[in-house]
Amino acid sequence: MDESVLLAHGSGGKLSHELVEKKFLPFLANPALNKLDDSAVFEASGRLAFTTDSYVVNPIFFPGGDIGKLAVCGTVNDLAMNGARPLYLSLSAIIEEGFLLSELEQVVQSVKKAAEEAEVSIIAGDTKVVNRGQADKLFITTSGVGIISAGVDISGANARVGDKVLLSGTIGDHGIAIMSQREGLKFSMALESDCAPLSKLVSQMLEVSSNVHCLRDPTRGGLATTLNELAWQSNVGIVVEEAKIPVREEVKAACELLGLDPIYVANEGKMVAVVDPADANKILTRMKKNNYGRDAAIIGEVTKEHPGRVVMKTKLGPSRIVDMLSGELLPRIC
Amino acid sequence: MKFIDEYQDSKLAKGLAYKIAQRSTKTIRLMEFCGGHTHAILRYGIRQLVPKTVEMKSGPGCPVCVTATADLDKAIALAHLPNVIITTFGDMIRVPGSYSSLQQAKAEGADVRIVYSTIDAVEIAKANPEKAVIFIGIGFETTAPTIAASILKAQQEKIENFRVLSLNKLTPPVIKALLDSGEVKLDGIICPGHVSVIIGSHPYEFIPRDYGVACVISGFEPVDILLCIDKLAEQIERCEPKVEIAYSRGVKPEGNVKARQLMEEVFEVGEANWRGIGIVPQSGLKVRGKYERFDADKAFPVSLKPAREPKGCRCGDIIRGAVIPLECKLFGEVCTPKNPVGPCMVSSEGACAAYYQYRTPENL
Repeated sequence: MDESVLLAHGSGGKLSHELVEKKFLPFLANPALNKLDDSAVFEASGRLAFTTDSYVVNPIFFPGGDIGKLAVCGTVNDLAMNGARPLYLSLSAIIEEGFLLSELEQVVQSVKKAAEEAEVSIIAGDTKVVNRGQADKLFITTSGVGIISAGVDISGANARVGDKVLLSGTIGDHGIAIMSQREGLKFSMALESDCAPLSKLVSQMLEVSSNVHCLRDPTRGGLATTLNELAWQSNVGIVVEEAKIPVREEVKAACELLGLDPIYVANEGKMVAVVDPADANKILTRMKKNNYGRDAAIIGEVTKEHPGRVVMKTKLGPSRIVDMLSGELLPRIC
Repeated sequence: MKFIDEYQDSKLAKGLAYKIAQRSTKTIRLMEFCGGHTHAILRYGIRQLVPKTVEMKSGPGCPVCVTATADLDKAIALAHLPNVIITTFGDMIRVPGSYSSLQQAKAEGADVRIVYSTIDAVEIAKANPEKAVIFIGIGFETTAPTIAASILKAQQEKIENFRVLSLNKLTPPVIKALLDSGEVKLDGIICPGHVSVIIGSHPYEFIPRDYGVACVISGFEPVDILLCIDKLAEQIERCEPKVEIAYSRGVKPEGNVKARQLMEEVFEVGEANWRGIGIVPQSGLKVRGKYERFDADKAFPVSLKPAREPKGCRCGDIIRGAVIPLECKLFGEVCTPKNPVGPCMVSSEGACAAYYQYRTPENL
């Protein structure tokens, strides 16, 4: 039988050390982490970005990724959305007693792979084991530090009237891939989560233009919520065209079946960029050369009218307000 | 699965809207029964596409919304009983009852769980044999067969702790009740798509025959709905009301016989209490005597304080189509999806939620 995590693995004693040495260090090794001091020490100078996020996704393994990949990409992307180049992450794992060691190893391997791709090192970490039922298999929290180059000023408050709104690719892939795996809702489809680190895509965009004003990754709450956040923070209106928003056939089909609107479905490897109109095409062309931006499109623009609001020109022509998601995204009953 | 873009095609939609405008010589009053249709109509701006002569009202087709406050109070009372797990579809837990909500009960320690399907509720019962697991059965003819199937599964697998509080409702009888009341004058009904997948088109035949009201069954994409409105306009202009199917990829005239057999095996028709409408005879589904050990009503009789409605809330009037959400004083100010006063703002199928979510820039 597969070995599983025991409460003793969280005792701080021998088994705890063994867990770290066998399941974490071999995959995540780097000079700062290997020292196993109480804190990691590193050099940095300039403007730094710092962020943290917790990951409690269910199920923890899903098509196109798992909680480990998500925990790295999510935090890397949060740094990238301020134009920062991610440097270091910390990672804390809260493990439910009974969780399989083989599955833990699989998750840590995903962490390693995603960190390598994003060129970040995990330099600090912690593990805790809790009684069965006090956590759902595995929760991960990551925090990250990144460095921002001189002259880069990206914020949700920087959108200006006339700016173009770009989207890096198809929406809803992550949310629908996860939903397709949930108990009671299982449907089979060839759809994978879009979970991906976007830091390189961002640095490529910044190489071709210094007029990127806002970046944000539309995770929970989807594209609609992100656009509303930007409109509100910058106190401008945003108008988008529904027909220009890329959505995969599979996502469209699942949304029709479940009565959902893809603009509210979560993404984990997509971003919205608000950029100077003069540079929009140049940035779009660069984005399309990166695998994570190949379906990028200009979906709308920033307006003086209706500040704080997002308006969508629907496929059929009439316009409507697009609000933030309120409450949870639930499939229809009837 | 394909064939979605075709049903969202803007040229096709505009062509249909033009055809409707050409056809309509007089004002026609339509009601979409189903909350799913209300959402699609507002989401795609169909009201702005069709000519002003087409008046559209929303009907009682939101399962959460039509659940009477007294029935909700009962579900909340059941949640507070010892050794009970309440299982329900998501939106229900946020609907305010007279004195509390399932969400409030959950925060106070009751075990209330959201499920996506009735079969999940049976699984929870299987995993918790020492507790009574009650599923709050809401919905129309669409959910009833799956709830019936869950009772049959529980019987087959001898899961004795599974119960259903059957609040399920039937569509044709409540349409009859609305037409009988005469409060809302209608020329045509956009008949529900998913309900009709189960019941077929025959149960609507009394509507054109006895009331002279046109009936067309519609799908949920914008082109489906416009096609349906076009067919309704044609019937009304010609004064030839009948039942038509504009959703033939989903609905057969005879419906889904197997699903109906399941329903009839487990449930019998009885009266039901509808929010805003009251008791409507022959419009509800009760668990048959043969399966009464699965009936939460029989297993857990609870006494309740008289139900009361939230002050100023016009959900009842909105459900009947007597007013539209914009006519409610609470709409958008006091009552929003974040702080809903009534069920029509809570449910993703509710008319108020649709009006709020899909406001047009003009009516901000």
